[in-house]
Amino acid sequence: MVYLLSIKRFGYNQQKSSLTYPLETVTTDLVIIGGGGAGLRAAIAAAESDRSLPITLLSKVYPMRSHTVAAEGGAAAVTQEHDSLDYHFDDTVAGGDWLCEQGVVEYFVNHAHRELVQMEHWGCPWSRRENGRVNVRSFGGMKIDRTWFAADKTGFHMLHTLFQTSIRYPSIHRLDEHFCCDLVVEDDRVQGAVTIEIASGQFVFIQARAAIIATGGAGRVFRQNTNGGIVTGDGMALAYRHGVPLRDMEFMQFHPTCMPSTGLLFTEACRGEGGFLLNKDGYRYLQDYGLGPAEPSPRNKAMELGPRDRLSQAFWHEYQKGNTIEGLHGAYVQLDLRHIGKKKLLERLPQIYEMAVDYQNVDPAESPIPVLPAVHYTMGGIEAGRKTASRLPGLYSVGECSSIGIHGANRLGSNSLTELCVFGKVAGEEAAAFAKSAPLGAAGTLRKLAKEIQQRTESIVSNNGGTERTADLRSEMLKSMEEGCGIYRTGDGMQVTCDKLAELRDRYKRVKVEDTGSAWNTERLLVLELGYQLEVAEAVVHSAIKRKESRGSHQRLDGFEERDDENFLKHSLAFYNGDDAPRIDYSDVSITKSKPDVRAYGAAGEKAEQKNERSDNG
Amino acid sequence: MAEVEKTIEIAVLRYRPEKDTKPVSQTFEVPFTDDMSVLQGVQYIKDYLDGSLSFRWSCRMAICGSCGMMLNGEPKLACSTFLREYYPGTLQIEALKHFPIEKDLVIDASDFIDKLGSITPYIVPAEPRSVEQGEYLQTPAQKAQYDQFSACINCMLCYAACPQYGLSTNFTGPGILALLHRYNADSRDGARETRMEIVNSEEGVWGCTLVGYCSEVCPKEVDPAKAVNLNKVNSTMDYFLRFFASGKGAGK
Repeated sequence: MVYLLSIKRFGYNQQKSSLTYPLETVTTDLVIIGGGGAGLRAAIAAAESDRSLPITLLSKVYPMRSHTVAAEGGAAAVTQEHDSLDYHFDDTVAGGDWLCEQGVVEYFVNHAHRELVQMEHWGCPWSRRENGRVNVRSFGGMKIDRTWFAADKTGFHMLHTLFQTSIRYPSIHRLDEHFCCDLVVEDDRVQGAVTIEIASGQFVFIQARAAIIATGGAGRVFRQNTNGGIVTGDGMALAYRHGVPLRDMEFMQFHPTCMPSTGLLFTEACRGEGGFLLNKDGYRYLQDYGLGPAEPSPRNKAMELGPRDRLSQAFWHEYQKGNTIEGLHGAYVQLDLRHIGKKKLLERLPQIYEMAVDYQNVDPAESPIPVLPAVHYTMGGIEAGRKTASRLPGLYSVGECSSIGIHGANRLGSNSLTELCVFGKVAGEEAAAFAKSAPLGAAGTLRKLAKEIQQRTESIVSNNGGTERTADLRSEMLKSMEEGCGIYRTGDGMQVTCDKLAELRDRYKRVKVEDTGSAWNTERLLVLELGYQLEVAEAVVHSAIKRKESRGSHQRLDGFEERDDENFLKHSLAFYNGDDAPRIDYSDVSITKSKPDVRAYGAAGEKAEQKNERSDNG
Repeated sequence: MAEVEKTIEIAVLRYRPEKDTKPVSQTFEVPFTDDMSVLQGVQYIKDYLDGSLSFRWSCRMAICGSCGMMLNGEPKLACSTFLREYYPGTLQIEALKHFPIEKDLVIDASDFIDKLGSITPYIVPAEPRSVEQGEYLQTPAQKAQYDQFSACINCMLCYAACPQYGLSTNFTGPGILALLHRYNADSRDGARETRMEIVNSEEGVWGCTLVGYCSEVCPKEVDPAKAVNLNKVNSTMDYFLRFFASGKGAGK
């Protein structure tokens, strides 16, 4: 049975100003933490697997505000006759610089198309061809056009489709605007979560038999990023604190075409539709970085349609050569869409058009858009197997917070929206099955643990005598991550960041909270989020400093410029270590059918592919 | 190459339920550059001037729909409106009109969320089709029938603009009627009849008095007023069709 709260959201009389709320309890079978695309897809799958299973879906915002909403370009699935599952597999594994779990990638490419069709049946307004079939577009690092899209608002449409479809299922009980403080772990398995109802400040214990974390990435640990304010790594930190390792955290994706200052995203589809990247001389500089030749329109897996890590790295080199343009917010290059024409821009890239005009006063049909790389995606995350389970029984994870292994050292654009569909379904079904087989824990013991979590949380956020301002700690963290753990890294630079984060974690203990109210106290939430961010940031930089090679998005300049398969063809695992720095360990990478090879794009890539096909045939 | 910083006066209507018996205005001096949004202005206040100020925000790019506020009396998204537009005057910020205030700039959205859930906001297939059979065919022309109405980001600016909703929250309101029309106009859907009951009811399209301000304030060009007007036509047709179908028109 689910006992939903009837919460008085208003009225002065109902509010208590002190932090002595009693603890409400909700009993459910499956709790899902995070109501973005992955969480909603998991909730629907769980509900479809057993209509009588009570499901509680937590979100710290209303689900349609979740960051899936900002994904622009599309979702990949093999669709055309001349494409093949092997091609999608090879693109993904090579794109990930062979750090992908190949068995998982195989499952992914096999189920991708089916899941996108499922989204279509649920109403997702995919862009169409004249004949009524779903259309596909080119995307970076993909050999054949296979990216389904809904103009340039694909994530928005997928999220709203999933949210609205979820309303069909009465067994999905939503707790919107509930902030998760911790997991309740007892008897070596997850048995619930403790949350704060943001409107009232009320603590709520959700007793459950299984939990899915679907809280998204951690891009907000970097200064310039494409992410929404909510992308603070909450779920990663929750799992991490309970001993589940964060895997491959050093791999942060820099998206090459973002807005200076704010970091807002100009989708890769700009280049999929034919856009160019130009340096200060109007020269398509990517041809100087092994991505050429420069042809009149970008060819798949070449030039502007190369993978994101390579394009962001090329920007860095152009900056070193003095070929970028100096702007108010640092150096930038130009995204040129003029030749696409206003009509097609408005049809295929309406949001991009609007953003350039509104935020930058640039009409993309008339002038190139200033762009630079910014942090976009967290390739690593909570260690999870093919069935989304973690090493902690009862705990599952899916979406950007999870490291299920399909992105390796560099994610290909349009693989993650498909990921949340394919593995959201798996997570929902697997966690539902676990919940049905797990006994309901002893309510008294669990409640006592929940009460302790409440007290611990209150002690962090009611530090009236604190002296450290949250905004200062946060901006020092962002700056340090950018300086020490950016597109190119050195041991010395990363050590400075490691030291800085240790200092910030110590100062965090003296953080100041001015707001003493209970209703909508978002200052407290910012403090709790900063706690998550600092720990996740530590996992990133400590994993990075120990990886003494260059692979995918992790590139070093201090004597480790090459990929080193002998020592580092393995996943890094960051284990929580209390107040101290994380302990870093490693695990094997599953290699089933693609042996590590040279990652080549442009003309060199085509030559290599031809050679491989010949040897396959021979 | 730093730009010269200016300072703008921002007056925020505060309401702290545990402290204030009624909303009170509080003024802040906020340094800004020309590329700073109103959202960045209120974030500055929260970070450096008064940590207790509450507001919703997330994506910063006018797609998540969180940060609707009244800016000098007009409903707008704070993230895509710029401080420079209000300089050198004072910018007055208030919570979205017509909704109860929970705290400061945070309104109670539950009426909107409940309404969203009440209109069958999903496809009920007109013809069953298994996933194995592939996608439903839908031509660009068929898609164009609902495209615009599927762009709603649920920011609720149109509710703050709607005088009818201000008079009575029973009115289904512009955004939700546009969403309802989005599904009714989708070639894949077969639940039009269920939704027409809402359209035809007193709380449906006939509650609208054709002010059209909803469409003016929409940041996504959804044009809810158009959806409402199309449904006034549909509702009228529906009425006559039922009239004839019921046999009342026979013999005349």
